[in-house]
Amino acid sequence: MTTYNYSRSVALEQLRRTFAICKKDIRIYYLKGPVIVFGILTPLFLFAAFLVGRDLAPDFFTSSLMAMTIFFAATAVVPMIMPWESRAKTLERLVSAPVSISAIMLGDVFASFLFGILSSLVPVIIGLAMGVTIGYPILLVAGILLASFCFSSLAAILSAPPTDVPSNVMMLTTFVKFPLLFISGVFIPIEKMPDWGRLIASASPLTYFTDLARYSIGGANYYPVFFDLIVLAAFALLFLTLAVKLHENSMPKRL
Amino acid sequence: MMENTVEVADLTKYYGDLMAVDSVSFEVAKGEFFGLLGPNGAGKTTIIRMLTGVIRPDRGAAHIMGYDIRKEPLKAKQRMGILPEMANAYVDLTAWQNLMFLGELYGVAKTLRHERAIMLLKKLEIYERRNQLVKEFSKGMKQRLLICMALLNDPQILFLDEPTSGLDVQSARIIREMLQELNRDGITMFLTTHNMEEAGQLCNRIAIINHGKIAAIDRPEKLKATAGELQSVEIAFDRPVETESLAKLSNVVQAKEMGNKVRLYTKDPSDLIYKVVDYAKANRLTFVTLNVLSPTLEEVFIRLIESKQDL
Repeated sequence: MTTYNYSRSVALEQLRRTFAICKKDIRIYYLKGPVIVFGILTPLFLFAAFLVGRDLAPDFFTSSLMAMTIFFAATAVVPMIMPWESRAKTLERLVSAPVSISAIMLGDVFASFLFGILSSLVPVIIGLAMGVTIGYPILLVAGILLASFCFSSLAAILSAPPTDVPSNVMMLTTFVKFPLLFISGVFIPIEKMPDWGRLIASASPLTYFTDLARYSIGGANYYPVFFDLIVLAAFALLFLTLAVKLHENSMPKRL
Repeated sequence: MMENTVEVADLTKYYGDLMAVDSVSFEVAKGEFFGLLGPNGAGKTTIIRMLTGVIRPDRGAAHIMGYDIRKEPLKAKQRMGILPEMANAYVDLTAWQNLMFLGELYGVAKTLRHERAIMLLKKLEIYERRNQLVKEFSKGMKQRLLICMALLNDPQILFLDEPTSGLDVQSARIIREMLQELNRDGITMFLTTHNMEEAGQLCNRIAIINHGKIAAIDRPEKLKATAGELQSVEIAFDRPVETESLAKLSNVVQAKEMGNKVRLYTKDPSDLIYKVVDYAKANRLTFVTLNVLSPTLEEVFIRLIESKQDL
């Protein structure tokens, strides 16, 4: 019982420190004009380019834009934090504090998670302005929360290579992000894909959020709704665990 | 029995094939001001990084306040303050925000961290600049802020890696005085430095490290005493004399010209003074200066480093 209480108090204490790291990340990395512009406007422009010359239903347009915005926003900054902090020599100060690597990673992921959620408001507002009705708002909120956490954890994995050169991580991030975007039913609905396309799409976490968003807004879906939620949660857990393990291995090489 | 704050046994670290730290063992007593001296690349920073849990040793153990740094790193880190050589404050935050962030990382209660931050900022003379972004700080001010950050959690031991390196005279003086005061208040100090004068002035005990191994470990005065042949008699006469003739006096190990003075190294300065007086009388010379000099810590350091390289 005493050991249990002690472990619980240590976990709570580490969680408080996680929030401190999250707050620091938001202050330093997220509340910057260029970051906000990159996170929100990039998917907007990308999708606008796709939209030109096509007659897309507002439901499809809104759900796709939402998927892209959350995906871009939640993966925009996290991969850069470790290289930036290695270069600025603030990482050693952080690591020498009584904070576990899990707490550091979770702090980075939380900050990105919040940024992803806030960014999702932009496509929601655009959709509502276009007359779109959200049929299942609670489901959509649950999907946004899970997706933002899942994509933030994926981004934490991308920051694991022990480099202090942000452009190296940027290349890796682009290499992973763009293929995922094209295979996840954002531009072409999953049901219209060939069999091999659907098989590939099933490996991407973005597929499940896109499917969930389509159901929440237009009532159309490919996978069962609860399957989407469970798979997103499973991806989030897997990515976070993997990110912590990879960072535990790479941290000594950074310092 | 004296209580130890730091206990290090057989600590070893490899970087690839290079053995950066080679089976180092020592203790630092509670309340002691301990210094680690060594040339660049000797392994000082690697030792301090292992002791503060930043990197893991490949072999051996280190206990801080009784906690094994490998097995219980969070408990050990909670009790220490750290001023790493290769670290910086967050330049996009103000001094105050940096301190509050550090306070949160160490779990210092809000009221207490406010009180301690104000006290430390005032003590290190940067309170007026607390709301300024750190990117606008000079190097000396940044270092003072880093010391405030290291002390915010009221540590029982303070690890300082080259704390005054590259600082202006005023900042270095403020920092040294603060460290002495903290040590008088009972905080154990673990310092690495290149500055022999600083080490001699601050430390109760010094370990000299070279090629990852401890070459000597003792009190500064005892270290100086071990280098008996480095004692010297420095003399200047009213007119120039040939250094070679002075070098021939018995007991002189080495004679060096130092401007208009001559320094004669000897194991027995007392006997040499008589010989020099006789020499002066015989040559009708008048003394302008006659000083007996103990070896400096720098001379001891160089001798130890060179003797280990010769082996």
